[in-house]
Amino acid sequence: MAEEFAVRMVNITKTFGHVTANDKVYLELRKGEILSLLGENGSGKTTLMNMLSGIYFPDSGQIYIDGREVTIASPHDAYRLGIGMVHQHFKLVDVLTAAENIALGLPGGAVVDRKAIAARVRQICDRYGFDVDPDKKIYDMSVSEKQTLEIVKTLYRGAEILILDEPTAVLTPQETEKLFAVMRNMRADGKSIIIITHKLNEVLEISDRVTVLRKGEYIGDMDTAKADVRALTDMMVGRTVTLNIQRDAPADPQRRLEIRNLTVKDKDGVTRLDDINLDVYAGEILGVAGVSGCGQKELLEAIAGLQPAVSGSSIKYRPTGPEGPAEEMLGLGPRAVSDRGIRLAFVPEDRLGMGLVASMNIAGNMMLKEYRSGKSPLVERRRPYDMARDIVRELEVVTPSIETPVRRLSGGNVQKVLVGREIAMHPTVLMSAYAVRGLDINTSYTIYRLLNEQKKAGVAVIYVGEDLDVLLQLCDRIAVLCGGRLNDIVDGRTATKEQVGYLMTNLNKEAGV
Amino acid sequence: MTQLVSLLTNAIVFGTVILYGALGEIVTEKSGNLNLGVPGIMYLGGIAGLAAAFFYEMHAAAPIGWVGLVISFLAAVAASMLGGLVYAFLTITLRANQNVTGLTLTIFGAGLANLFGGSLNALAGGVGQISVAVTSRAYRAYSHTLSGLGWVGQLLFSFGFMAYLAIALALLANWFLNRSRVGLNLRAVGEDPATADAAGVNVTRYKYLATCVGAGVSGLGGLYYAMDYIKGTWSTDGTIEALGWLAVALVIFATWRPARAIWSAYLFGVLYWAYNYISGLSRASIELFKMLPYIVTILVLVAVSLRRSKEAQPPKSLGLSYFREER
Amino acid sequence: MNNHEPLIHIARRDGLVWWRAWCVRLVSLILALLVSALFIYSITKLNPAKVYAAMWEGAFGSARRAWITARDASILLCIGVGLAPAFMMRFWNVGAEGQMLMGGCATAAVLIYCGGALSTFQLLLLSAVVSVAAGAVWGVIPAFFKARWNTNETLFTLMMNYIAIQITCFLVALWENPKGSNSVGVINQQTQAGWLPALFGKQYLLNVVIVLALTVAMYLYLKYTKHGYEISVVGESENTARYAGISVKRVIVRTMALSGAVCGLSGFIAVAGASHTISTSTAGGRGFTAIIVAWMAKFNTFVMIVIALLLVFLEKGAVQIASQFHLNDYASDVVTGIILFFLLGSEFFIQYTVRFRSHSQKNEEVEA
Repeated sequence: MAEEFAVRMVNITKTFGHVTANDKVYLELRKGEILSLLGENGSGKTTLMNMLSGIYFPDSGQIYIDGREVTIASPHDAYRLGIGMVHQHFKLVDVLTAAENIALGLPGGAVVDRKAIAARVRQICDRYGFDVDPDKKIYDMSVSEKQTLEIVKTLYRGAEILILDEPTAVLTPQETEKLFAVMRNMRADGKSIIIITHKLNEVLEISDRVTVLRKGEYIGDMDTAKADVRALTDMMVGRTVTLNIQRDAPADPQRRLEIRNLTVKDKDGVTRLDDINLDVYAGEILGVAGVSGCGQKELLEAIAGLQPAVSGSSIKYRPTGPEGPAEEMLGLGPRAVSDRGIRLAFVPEDRLGMGLVASMNIAGNMMLKEYRSGKSPLVERRRPYDMARDIVRELEVVTPSIETPVRRLSGGNVQKVLVGREIAMHPTVLMSAYAVRGLDINTSYTIYRLLNEQKKAGVAVIYVGEDLDVLLQLCDRIAVLCGGRLNDIVDGRTATKEQVGYLMTNLNKEAGV
Repeated sequence: MTQLVSLLTNAIVFGTVILYGALGEIVTEKSGNLNLGVPGIMYLGGIAGLAAAFFYEMHAAAPIGWVGLVISFLAAVAASMLGGLVYAFLTITLRANQNVTGLTLTIFGAGLANLFGGSLNALAGGVGQISVAVTSRAYRAYSHTLSGLGWVGQLLFSFGFMAYLAIALALLANWFLNRSRVGLNLRAVGEDPATADAAGVNVTRYKYLATCVGAGVSGLGGLYYAMDYIKGTWSTDGTIEALGWLAVALVIFATWRPARAIWSAYLFGVLYWAYNYISGLSRASIELFKMLPYIVTILVLVAVSLRRSKEAQPPKSLGLSYFREER
Repeated sequence: MNNHEPLIHIARRDGLVWWRAWCVRLVSLILALLVSALFIYSITKLNPAKVYAAMWEGAFGSARRAWITARDASILLCIGVGLAPAFMMRFWNVGAEGQMLMGGCATAAVLIYCGGALSTFQLLLLSAVVSVAAGAVWGVIPAFFKARWNTNETLFTLMMNYIAIQITCFLVALWENPKGSNSVGVINQQTQAGWLPALFGKQYLLNVVIVLALTVAMYLYLKYTKHGYEISVVGESENTARYAGISVKRVIVRTMALSGAVCGLSGFIAVAGASHTISTSTAGGRGFTAIIVAWMAKFNTFVMIVIALLLVFLEKGAVQIASQFHLNDYASDVVTGIILFFLLGSEFFIQYTVRFRSHSQKNEEVEA
């Protein structure tokens, strides 16, 4: 009897330190089907697939390929079993051609036989409807071309089971259509495909079945024919969990930031933020929700003066409310912003690589934004030490001493140092990106408390988050980004998890109009 | 005409020395290792070849040229590869800083070579300068019939075999890097070791091999200098070091392409010797002339960074050590 | 269950207590001296203990020798101090040789052209200023291109060395004295105009004092000033520097101006305070050796004193062996090389731990 399942993953558990990324997860992939692996950010989808492709090794559980139990200890093992994965970050060497990237690391004769490679690439392309020029250099390729090449590469190496990690995140709708057409061709040819995604419409459009993970746990699977958006959203976000985060009504909210027509393009000219119009009020917490890479980073960095914007964009700062004077912040750069007395606090996503100097001690990091103050050519020594001591005491930072380099502190203590410093500057605007990512419960609550105190003190707080429960119970309003556009702004007190989840994954047709 | 031919002949001899140095360094740098020990390695190659020939000629009753040649050639390659191995062990396995390790290798190689070069004769109980006339003659042998064919013959056929070997090696390196499977993997290691690693290329092994083989080739530059350029003697005037740095410059000038390094090396030779053929230069302005190769190298370096073309750039991970867990 | 795990596992240390780090370095130094002793024994068949005694003799055997050791160590130290800010910024300034030579040439020019016209004090002041400026220019050129177009600074500064060397050769030919000697000779030998004067009757004391003052000043600059703070932030992460509103480009150019200036000043000290002549051996590779001094000291200028002394001691000692046992003085470079190899290698054991995996041990997975 022919085995029905190409892949069966049974009882898979994987922990990183104290974090359980996958907890007794099941996954079944039938031969010749497209399976969607659905879940929010941090639900453990990529971790699970990395174990199938040999990047990680599971702590416990079994993997069966074609009904046979296997051990997958390296990407090499995965290839031998016919498993190929296309990662979100492409693994391609820029200065080599497509054919050379395909040949990289493969056994074979002394000479790279370009003709033979090209011929086989063409064969694969013709069979599934790809379009790859074997002689094109990677640096000349668009994102979608690179992705196509990655898929061809896995097929070239004989993959029967393909894993695509959020392939559509970087594609235009037209390119997505093309990718789906190719996927259907591959399915018709008997390949089995897993597509990681959190876009519900795509799940319904392309896949035969869907498996849902939530917070590292297996929730269930169903045939897409029987699924609808509502049911999938419920499975994905789950029931609302009460967190008991304190939330006071904003007292006298005043408009402090006016973001108008904000459009940001990255180095490659791809639009990361598309015509954002948003007001930020003093005395409230504005949440920003969205699946990762939808423009959250660019939004905060544009406000911080680190991200150049397309002309016509504007961010106005009103220190004394809507009637008071306004100052254009865009294009100033962080130094000029602080020189004008705008106290802008920013807790970036990359704490050690951007918000702090990893090799310096706590006191040294206290100076980062204020070392310039005063006329003396010397840095002030006493104040940062006092500040460091205050923060260590008040926020209960666990550290051998304030002389310890911050890179040797644990994640939660690093974040306390960073948030503590930003609050100590008495900001008028406080931005935070994924402020509680990777932190334990107690530290997370400390952060929520601090943000609430700032709100009460009349600071305009922006909270970019990924956990919908937190967003809905901490924030006064929630701006939902989707694909670089502002999809909607909802009231944090009345909105439901399903509503926000839907807005994150389905671009409102009227958005931005 | 004779002037021009003599200039070009000198330029080719000069260029051959630095061509070897540069070829080895190109292979090394393609693996992402910036080895500033090239001058030291050339010293090691030169002195090892010379010492091997010296002991052979001293102990053989009637030294035969080609025997001395083979012995000294192998000794030179072995010594330079050992130098490369020290560098590779420190930078790849022990992850020491590449620049500092390379400079130390230059100090060490120069010291060792000049120590022996200056005292080999004294150590062996002789007097005066070291000389390996028989072996050197074998290195410099060429066909008088062919070189007698007018200026063409002189320009094409009046050199010892190592001048031709250098061209052959450059063409081989060109083929190796651009066409062969191992060369492809090597380039990937220098560009993006993490990706190469993920594709199943053994990054450590490639870096070691490229560094050691590269050092072996660079060392031949020192051998050619000792045996051919200064005819089987030794001088402690530091010329090899200056030539070694020119070899590093040549790598940049040739934008990491072995085939381009051939004519670039000869061009450096022409620039270096041109003052001899321009009448009326004072000794002072001759010195200014000699800085031309360095200036054009800087211009190329700046042009490369200005153009931002993706080609002709240094290998992307040049100078960085690779540690898998620090992705 | 997993055969692909390597037997040896290397992990980065969180940091080693300072005294244990120095123990590792000391052990490697002793190992290096043993290997060097073996090397010396193998070529000379001399008792290595006697050889090391002779080295001590050569470096500190008489007051005059000790002073020359101090003079040379202070010049090496001065270059190392100049390199400290650049290295702290992770800018690979391997152009100290050239920056020093440009400073030396500038000093020599002042002494030659203004020797009769100005007082020694004026001469010293002028030549110090000019040499500082010359060194700074030589440092700023590659820094400008690095800041503006990200031109590789290692290769650029390396090339700048050789341009400086050729300029020096040009000037030597220009100022040749007497004609045909291929050297400049001692400048202002009769008048001693523009020479650094003796202090308390000690000829080189002033050199040492100047350099020690610079050492302290640079330490304070890097540790306590706003500039020093900016340098360490830029060196750690350009992203953090941008976040903090630091202009990375300006810091790069300014710091390299300073680095070049101090290296230029070392040229001034070497010419006005030691050799009183100019040639390529005014630098003589010390610009390269100082790179190692600065790197090994991890930007701490006080540690540089120790390392500079050690290296000059080796050099002087080896010269002594050479003359005593009829070798040439390149032996010092060999010993220096061996010691540096060991010290460089020892850093690995300070930065990383090596664990041997036992088979019973549970595999540790590392989050990528």
